[in-house]
Amino acid sequence: MNGGLAATLKKLGEKPWIWSYVGTILVWLATVSFTMGQGGASIITAALSFATFTVIVGIGQMFVITAGPGNVDLSIPATIALSGAICMKVMDGSNAMLPVGMLIALGTGLAVGTFNYMLIRVLRIPPIIATLSASFLILSTAIAYGRGLKIKPPPLLAEFTTMKVMGVPLLAVFIVGFAVLASIVLNRTLYGRSVLAIGQNMRAAWLAGINVERTRYATYTLSAVLAGFCGLLLAGFSGGASLDMGSEYLLASIAVVVIGGTSVAGGKSNIPGIWGASLFMFLLVTMLNTFGASAGIRLIMTGLIIVAVITIAGGDKPQR
Amino acid sequence: MRNYLLSPKFLRSALPGASLVILLMAIFYTQPRAMSYFGLNLMLQYTVPIALATIAQMFILTVNDLDLSIGPFVGLTACIGATLLNTDPVFGVLALLACIAVYAGLGALIHWRNLPSIVVTLGMSFVWLGVAVLILPTPGGTAPAWIKAVMGFKPTLQLFGYNVIPPFPIIAAAVIAVVVHIGLMRSSYGVVLRGAGGNPRAIARAGWSMLKIKVTMFALAGLFGVLAGLSLIGLTSAADAHIADRYTLYSIAGVILGGGEFVGGRVSPTGAVIGAMTLTLAGSFLIFLRISPDWQVGAQGAILILVLALRALINWREAR
Repeated sequence: MNGGLAATLKKLGEKPWIWSYVGTILVWLATVSFTMGQGGASIITAALSFATFTVIVGIGQMFVITAGPGNVDLSIPATIALSGAICMKVMDGSNAMLPVGMLIALGTGLAVGTFNYMLIRVLRIPPIIATLSASFLILSTAIAYGRGLKIKPPPLLAEFTTMKVMGVPLLAVFIVGFAVLASIVLNRTLYGRSVLAIGQNMRAAWLAGINVERTRYATYTLSAVLAGFCGLLLAGFSGGASLDMGSEYLLASIAVVVIGGTSVAGGKSNIPGIWGASLFMFLLVTMLNTFGASAGIRLIMTGLIIVAVITIAGGDKPQR
Repeated sequence: MRNYLLSPKFLRSALPGASLVILLMAIFYTQPRAMSYFGLNLMLQYTVPIALATIAQMFILTVNDLDLSIGPFVGLTACIGATLLNTDPVFGVLALLACIAVYAGLGALIHWRNLPSIVVTLGMSFVWLGVAVLILPTPGGTAPAWIKAVMGFKPTLQLFGYNVIPPFPIIAAAVIAVVVHIGLMRSSYGVVLRGAGGNPRAIARAGWSMLKIKVTMFALAGLFGVLAGLSLIGLTSAADAHIADRYTLYSIAGVILGGGEFVGGRVSPTGAVIGAMTLTLAGSFLIFLRISPDWQVGAQGAILILVLALRALINWREAR
């Protein structure tokens, strides 16, 4: 019986995502013991609410990073801002327009993803520079379009994004379901297997007959579409769109992918880890807040923990 | 001669200079009054810190890494310069040296664990910002008088009633370009440093220490980051933790505009300085055109994409 338990633990320890959950629990315990057990449950509720948005963009970023070294989407914050601004303006606070708003979030994502991919494919710009320059243009569009925008989200959207059932945010439940779906797509479908194969060795994948370019296009579009949806939901959650509401998701989307156990060299992904890492990142800030750390200390600790995690996880040996 | 002028090699190397000349002509056409000593001095004054930050980024790109923390780092050194360096020069110099040492250490860490530089530097950008906020929680401080004197230097030599000495920013930019050009492009160790970006395995097999090369490049980047921060407060005379957040984007864009490539150690110090100048002038040009500030960022993205598109066209012609 004891041997069985040890074997299970050993097996769990080998899962790359387990550490983000261990970290989450430790940080939560540290916070709760500091407050003498007060607010332990409400911290979890808040963590679930806020981590949801990080998970949405984190999954998109994960697919991009999985597609191999050099692939990363830096246009996520700008896409969130643009999608949020357009959705709020078009819906104009009306419940009836909600389906239109969702279509717009989808359309914004499709447009941004296509633009990013065109820059990468047609102009042969490295993805980092391509998505960075695209994000300048997208952000400017959002600023010009959304200046002075103070429109409340449709009540239905606001209600859906903030609704809680017995302390559990409804949106979080949906996104857990979505993560499961993404996991199936990644591991069980032709598309997901193609992304993994391309990330492991692009040339071998091409020789094996995988349509590399179509897969890459789908991946950048998926990331942008998820960012677009995140913009819509975030605007509903925070009572309106603001232009800088996406800014924190640049680091967050990359950090949760890395902390969650996905290989930065590509070809090896992990979806459960994204949830764990998103909760961990939020709880970490909560813990530092509870301890009364100043803004400077919070920034330093966040940065150091990311550097520490990536150092321990280590980079992969270059493949030859 | 005609064949040489149309050769891809010539066109590629002429592109950065040509972009700058075209932009300058466009500025003089829309705003003839800018064509004066005072006008040029004013438009180009921020060239010096931006060029220094661009050179710092160039060192990192030479060894196939990317620094997403140079902006906050320049901000931190500016804060140190406006506080510690002014009140307690010895301590201030030590603090700046420590910053360079941390940069060198990052190079060692990235090499030792084979880490993705983009994640490490993204994490470090939070650390730099955090330290800067701790040192200078609110905008303020005073730049040391000697730095202000250097940056406000106006050499004059009257000939036939005209001042024949170009404005200080132009002289400084030329000096930076020449010094780095000699060090990186003409010295024998400079060739090894660039070779480390082109083919690290070949350089390692030839007996050079890759660790030493990475540490050297990151230390140089740190040094130029410090110089950028100090020259920046020489112009602004006060500092703020967020004073240089933009510089991360400027520096990457500057290197790329200047003909540097993302991988393979193909860089050009002269081009990088010209790229930094182009970026600085682009801001003024947009103001002269009365383009709304909303589109400032977007226009920079558009310029970047345009130059990269031209380069893709040249490369495509070469490949044909």
